[in-house]
Amino acid sequence: MTTAKTKFPATAERMPPQAAGVSPLRSAFARRLGLTALGWAIACLIFFPIFWMVLTGFKTESAAIADPSLIFSPTLESYIAVQERAGYFKFAMNSVVVAFGSTLAALLIAIPSAYSMAFLPTRRTKGTLLWMLSTKMLPPVGVLVPIYLLFRDVGLLDTRTGLTIVYTLMNLPIVVWMLYTFFKDLPKDILEAGRMDGASTLQEVCFLLLPLTLPGIASTGLLSVILSWNEAFWSLNLTSSKAAPLTAYIASFSSPEGLFWAKLSAASTMAIAPILVFGWLTQKQMVRGLTFGAVK
Amino acid sequence: MKLTRALPLATLAAAVAAACQAQAQTEITVATVNNNDMVIMQSLTEEFETQHPDIELDWVVLEENVLRQRLTTDVATGGGQFDVMTIGTYEVPIWAERGWLTPLDDLPADYAVDDLLQSVRDGLSHDDTLHALPFYGESSMMYYRQDLFDEAGIEMPEQPSWEEVRDWAGQLHDPDNEVAGICLRGKPGWGENMAFVSTLVNTFGGRWFDEAWNPELESPAWQEAIGFYVELLGDYGPPGASSNGFNENLALFSRGNCAMWVDATSAAGKLYDPDESDVADRLGFAPAPVAETPKGSHWLWSWALAIPASSEKQEAAETFITWATSREYVELVGETEGWTSVPPGTRESTYANENYQQAAPFADFVLEAIRDADPTDSTLEPTPYVGVQFVGIPEFQSIGTQVGQTIASALTGDVSVEQALQTAQRATERTMQRAGYLD
Repeated sequence: MTTAKTKFPATAERMPPQAAGVSPLRSAFARRLGLTALGWAIACLIFFPIFWMVLTGFKTESAAIADPSLIFSPTLESYIAVQERAGYFKFAMNSVVVAFGSTLAALLIAIPSAYSMAFLPTRRTKGTLLWMLSTKMLPPVGVLVPIYLLFRDVGLLDTRTGLTIVYTLMNLPIVVWMLYTFFKDLPKDILEAGRMDGASTLQEVCFLLLPLTLPGIASTGLLSVILSWNEAFWSLNLTSSKAAPLTAYIASFSSPEGLFWAKLSAASTMAIAPILVFGWLTQKQMVRGLTFGAVK
Repeated sequence: MKLTRALPLATLAAAVAAACQAQAQTEITVATVNNNDMVIMQSLTEEFETQHPDIELDWVVLEENVLRQRLTTDVATGGGQFDVMTIGTYEVPIWAERGWLTPLDDLPADYAVDDLLQSVRDGLSHDDTLHALPFYGESSMMYYRQDLFDEAGIEMPEQPSWEEVRDWAGQLHDPDNEVAGICLRGKPGWGENMAFVSTLVNTFGGRWFDEAWNPELESPAWQEAIGFYVELLGDYGPPGASSNGFNENLALFSRGNCAMWVDATSAAGKLYDPDESDVADRLGFAPAPVAETPKGSHWLWSWALAIPASSEKQEAAETFITWATSREYVELVGETEGWTSVPPGTRESTYANENYQQAAPFADFVLEAIRDADPTDSTLEPTPYVGVQFVGIPEFQSIGTQVGQTIASALTGDVSVEQALQTAQRATERTMQRAGYLD
C-alpha cells in the first residue's frame, strides 16, 4: 500500500493529461482500483480451495461428489460422524504440544547459533550455513528407516517427545537462517554500546538483541509452528495412536472405497481451524517480521 | 490441617489404584483401513470391550496406501507398534514367508475354521497354515442397468462374453443423456486399473510371466486384451475414463451414468442401498465377462486381520481377531447395522443365513464368484506365481503401478497400445533383472 501511494502520483505527473485522455487523478484512481481488484483476485484464488473445503464439510457425501454447486442445504452430519469416529481433542492436543514444543526448542538452539554466526563470523560460517540448509534437500523418506530403527531402540516411537525432536531438527535450518538474516541487519554498534556499558554476552542477547529483533523472532517462530502443524510425513510414520497429531487425524478419513469427501473436508476444516485463527490473530506480527529487514 | 495431610495420601492411593487397574488391562493397537466394513468394526469397540473387559482397543485408521507403507515399515523393522494389522491377500503370503506374521495354527474349536471359504483361506495361508483371518472377501462381477437392457431388448445370458459386452455398450452408449455404454477402471495403480486389466488379460489367454519369470507383456494376448480395453473404453466409456477408479465409477454408476460396470463385488451392497444409489431398483447382476478362457476372469481379494510377530500382546490380539472374524460377529453386525452391511465373502454360514439371503439378492453371485476364483490356477498357460489380479512377489507393487501408468497413457491416446506395451515390457524386464529373477 505504501509503495502504491508514493508511486502513482509520480507516474501520473510524468504523463501529460492530454495523452492519457483522462485527468491524472482519475487515471491514478483507476490504477489503484485495478491493483486492488488484482490483489483481491489473487487472494480469492489462494483462499478458494480452503473455502471450498469448508463448504464441502457442510454437504452430504452424495452432494459432495455431485457436480460442484454453491447451492445446497447445509448439514452437520459429517462433523458428527467425524467426531464419533475419532476424538478430535486428543489429536489437537498432540498437535499443539508438538508444534509449540518443537518451535520453542528450535528457537532455543537457533538464537545462540544465529547470534554467533551473525556477530562473530569465521571463515567457515557461510559454509556451515549452506551445509545446514543442504540437510533440507534430502527427501525425508531417505532417512525414514534409520530414524525408525533409532526411535524403536530408544523407545521414542509414538511419543510426543520423539515427534518434537524430529520437528525441531526439521525446522532448525530454516529457523537459523531466518534469525541469521534478521540479526545481521541489526547494527553492530548497538551491541557494542551495550558491551561498553558492561553488559555480559547473555545480557547483550537478552536485553538488546532479542527486544530489537522481536518481530523477526516472532515471525520465525510462527513459521516454525505452521510448518510443524502441517507436517504429515513424519507424523504419519513415527506415530500410531498415542502421539498422533491432526495430520494423522485427517489421513484417517480418506478411503479408496466408498464416499468420503465431506467427512475428509470436515476433518480438515477442524484440523486447520486452530492454526488459521492463530495465523489471523498474529497476521500483523507476521507481516512486520517478514518485512522487518526491508523497511529498516 | 488434617485435610491437607490426608489429601495427598488419598490422591496417591487413588493413583496407585488407577495404575493397578490400568496394568490389568491389555491395550492393543489395531491398524486398519477406512473402508465401510472396518468403520462398523470400530463402532462395535464397546461391544468387544464389554465381552472382554481385560482388553482395550486402540485404533489407527489410515487410507489403504498410507497404511500399507506404514505397516511395511513397522513390520520390516520389527517396530512392534501394532498388535493387529489389516492386510490383504497380496501381503499375507509374502510377509508370512519372511516370518513377519504369527502363524494361526491353534485357533479355538468354536471359531469354526472350516466354515471359512476355501479359496479365501488358501489365499491367506503359507505352507498350509493360516497367517491371517479374513475380515471380508470380494471378487469381481458385472453390474448393469436392467431398465436400459429391457428398453433395448437385450437379454443377459448366464455368462456374458466380452464380445457381447462390446456390442451392448455400442447400443446403449448415449452421451447426450450422459449415459456411457460401459464404465471400467482407468486410474493407474497396481490395485486400481491393473486389478481389472489383469483379469481381462487372464481371460484373453495371457499371463504376466512365463514359467521362467520372463515378462510376457508384448504377447498377442496382451496386445489383444489391451487393444480391446482401450478401444472399448475410448468408444463407449465416460469422459475422462483414465482418472476413474473404484470410487469414481461407483459414483457414476449409482447416479445412472453407466449402462454397465465390471468391478468389485463389494460394490453390490452400496448399489443396492436406495439411500446411496439412484439405480437401486433398476440393478442387474451378472458374472464377470469372459473371452478365450473363463480362468482368472474375476479376481479374489480379501482384507484380513493378522498379528505381527513383533507384537508383545499376542494372546489379546488373537482374542480380538477371532472375535472380529467370527460367526457371532457377522450376526452382531446383521442385527445392529442391518444384513446388507455384514462383511461378505468370508464364511459359508453367512450365505446360508436366511436373513442375509433375503437382504442381499446378489449373495449367490458373490459366493459363486469367490468360490470359483482360484489364485493358484488363474491363467490359460501355467505360471510360476500365485494371484489372480496380482503377482504374489514383492516387486509387483512397483511393476503393477508402472505398467498401470503406461496403459493409462495408451487410454488417453498419448501413446499407441504397441508402444505402451513395449515400454511396459522393458520396464518389467529391468525390474525383474534387478530383483534377480532373470539373468
